[in-house]
Amino acid sequence: MTLPWSAQLIHLSAALLLLLSFAMLAQRRVRSLVNLFAAQGATLVVSTVIVAWSSGQHHLYYSAAMTLVLKVFLLPAILHRLIRRLEVQWDTETLVNIPTVLLIGLLVVIFSFGLAQPISQFADTVTRSTLGIAIAVVLLAFLMMITRRKAVSQVVGFLAMENGLFFAATSATYGMPMVVELGIALDVLVGVFILGIFFFQIREQFESLDLHHLETLKED
Amino acid sequence: MELLILLGLPLFGALLLAVFGARTWAPELNVLVSLATFIAGCILTVKVIADGPMVVLQDQFFVDPFNVFIVALTAFVSFTTSLFSRPYMRIETEHGRLNPMRLRLYHSMFQLFMFTMLLALLTNNMGILWVAMEAATLSTVLLVSLYRTAASLEAAWKYFILCGVGIAQALFGTILLYFAAEKVLGGEGMNALLWTHLDGVKHQLEPTVLAISFVFLLVGYGTKVGLAPLHNWLPDAHAEGPTPVSAVLSGLLLNVALYAVIRCKVLVEGSVRSELPGQMLMLFGLLSVVIAVFMLWRQKDIKRLFAYSSIEHMGIITFAFGMGGPVANFAALLHMTVHSLTKSAIFFAVGHATQKAGTQMMDQISGLLTVSPRIGWGLMLGSLAILGLPPFGVFASEFLILTTAMRDQPWAAPILLLALGIAFAAIFSRVQPMVFGDPSVKPLTHRPALLPVFAHLALVLMLGVYIPPFLAQWYRLAAALIGG
Repeated sequence: MTLPWSAQLIHLSAALLLLLSFAMLAQRRVRSLVNLFAAQGATLVVSTVIVAWSSGQHHLYYSAAMTLVLKVFLLPAILHRLIRRLEVQWDTETLVNIPTVLLIGLLVVIFSFGLAQPISQFADTVTRSTLGIAIAVVLLAFLMMITRRKAVSQVVGFLAMENGLFFAATSATYGMPMVVELGIALDVLVGVFILGIFFFQIREQFESLDLHHLETLKED
Repeated sequence: MELLILLGLPLFGALLLAVFGARTWAPELNVLVSLATFIAGCILTVKVIADGPMVVLQDQFFVDPFNVFIVALTAFVSFTTSLFSRPYMRIETEHGRLNPMRLRLYHSMFQLFMFTMLLALLTNNMGILWVAMEAATLSTVLLVSLYRTAASLEAAWKYFILCGVGIAQALFGTILLYFAAEKVLGGEGMNALLWTHLDGVKHQLEPTVLAISFVFLLVGYGTKVGLAPLHNWLPDAHAEGPTPVSAVLSGLLLNVALYAVIRCKVLVEGSVRSELPGQMLMLFGLLSVVIAVFMLWRQKDIKRLFAYSSIEHMGIITFAFGMGGPVANFAALLHMTVHSLTKSAIFFAVGHATQKAGTQMMDQISGLLTVSPRIGWGLMLGSLAILGLPPFGVFASEFLILTTAMRDQPWAAPILLLALGIAFAAIFSRVQPMVFGDPSVKPLTHRPALLPVFAHLALVLMLGVYIPPFLAQWYRLAAALIGG
């Protein structure tokens, strides 16, 4: 059975998203991580536009435009600026065992497809088969947050998780109602601003953005 | 209209205080805005009691007995907290822990936090509910790190990341809910996330999808309720933030997050038609109770102690909602009210006690009763109330929950009873030497605000011996709405 080319393109961009998630998981340099995040955002825009075009859901064009502005330009720019101002361009994650994390990532993907199975059989969108990938992107971002020690990497993980959720919303239901999407975008933007302020506070206090300083509050 | 005024007041207050929050009269302005919000909340409540549930602004907002009761509670506690924070924050400023800029941030964010909570309670849209819950986290992150100490920064970071990850799960749950809803309410598009619309068609929603979505929603909003095993942020955030923030986090935010869980539970229960959602709530609730009471023993910091006590009580309430049925729901709502009032009263007393002692370490605080009897009595009575001693209201609600558990879930009753006993021993043995014993504390530079402490405790006492008929009726209506 051959799929229409629009569906094939959507599958291609979904595969790209997953690949980028793995690339982020394997990337040690903080600055490259932000670039990968921007690339993931761009892929998301492309896939959303194709979905919008092939399904005739016009409001998805607005979501795509919002994603373009927010996740491809604004957030990476803010993050890059923060990285420069905080002088952490050369920060690398040294304590992460990349091959092991990638192997766990593979298991996560298998699990996500298992989880998506019962849900996507009820879907009638052209994109239902990508729901598994959406869940995988969310969980891989989660994995990245768990394994990273630098504050900036954790935030990129947090944002990548939101990318995955956005992709899930597009593939399962052609996007959430507009007012909700606007609210979510606002929350993400405000969140990044607050984190920006927060980074400066952390650095002022500890002279570094390494989170091992932030592990003293434990039950003893 | 009343609803818009109620939502607009704290938002307007936040803007006003963002400009004037550093002035010497800013604390009074904060009190004034909170009082106005409280009055608006009362007017709305009276209207709902008189006219019944209402849906306004093209169904985007709705008020029913369940949420209006939490709205009234939220507005009241935020008003009393603003009264308490007036002298408290002035003393902190004189101790050099705060400067006018941070005070401005505090006042503005306090009002913004109230706005996000009221929005979460009043919105009819499950998506906006999520947005408001996330905004509530964002507005309090900088409050937790207000002192800029190493520990407070760590607490705020943990709070942001854990709640952020948690709430991302809730967003996925909401997406799944929308996915199921669109199948049934398809034509409405925009309105497929409106709770009142969903409630009408909940029996037609796809059970498999809703069951999976409930798991995500429970984990997500449950993180904010402080349910184990995702409760780690709560003691840190409560202990390291300023005490008025601890009081509103513990007394209000946890309630609002639980409200979100219960709204979801009503929908899911209607769809899956099994005990599953209730059983999950019972399991998480009981787990939180057990973990919290054992952690109580290991605490040295007084605010951490009461933070764990909050986890314990949220666990009890979640367990009660999980059992379902008119009596358990009634008891859970009552427990929500009395826990909120008592715990914020305790934090008010604890706040002044730690200012007197200059430390939060319990072994360095003693003899409160000799130096300032009113703070000492406030802390003692508050602790006795939260431990469920009759005739306080906590006793009444815990008694109802326990007797219902014995009838419906006999396996859980001994665990609950044992946990309450351990909590009693743990907290009482710490509070007793702090209140009695040889004095080690010094006087304060401003008159402490103890009116809120005793006002709250008096209300809790009243709810223990006599629940006014209108309130009982109100609880019954809300309990019936939750069903189960």
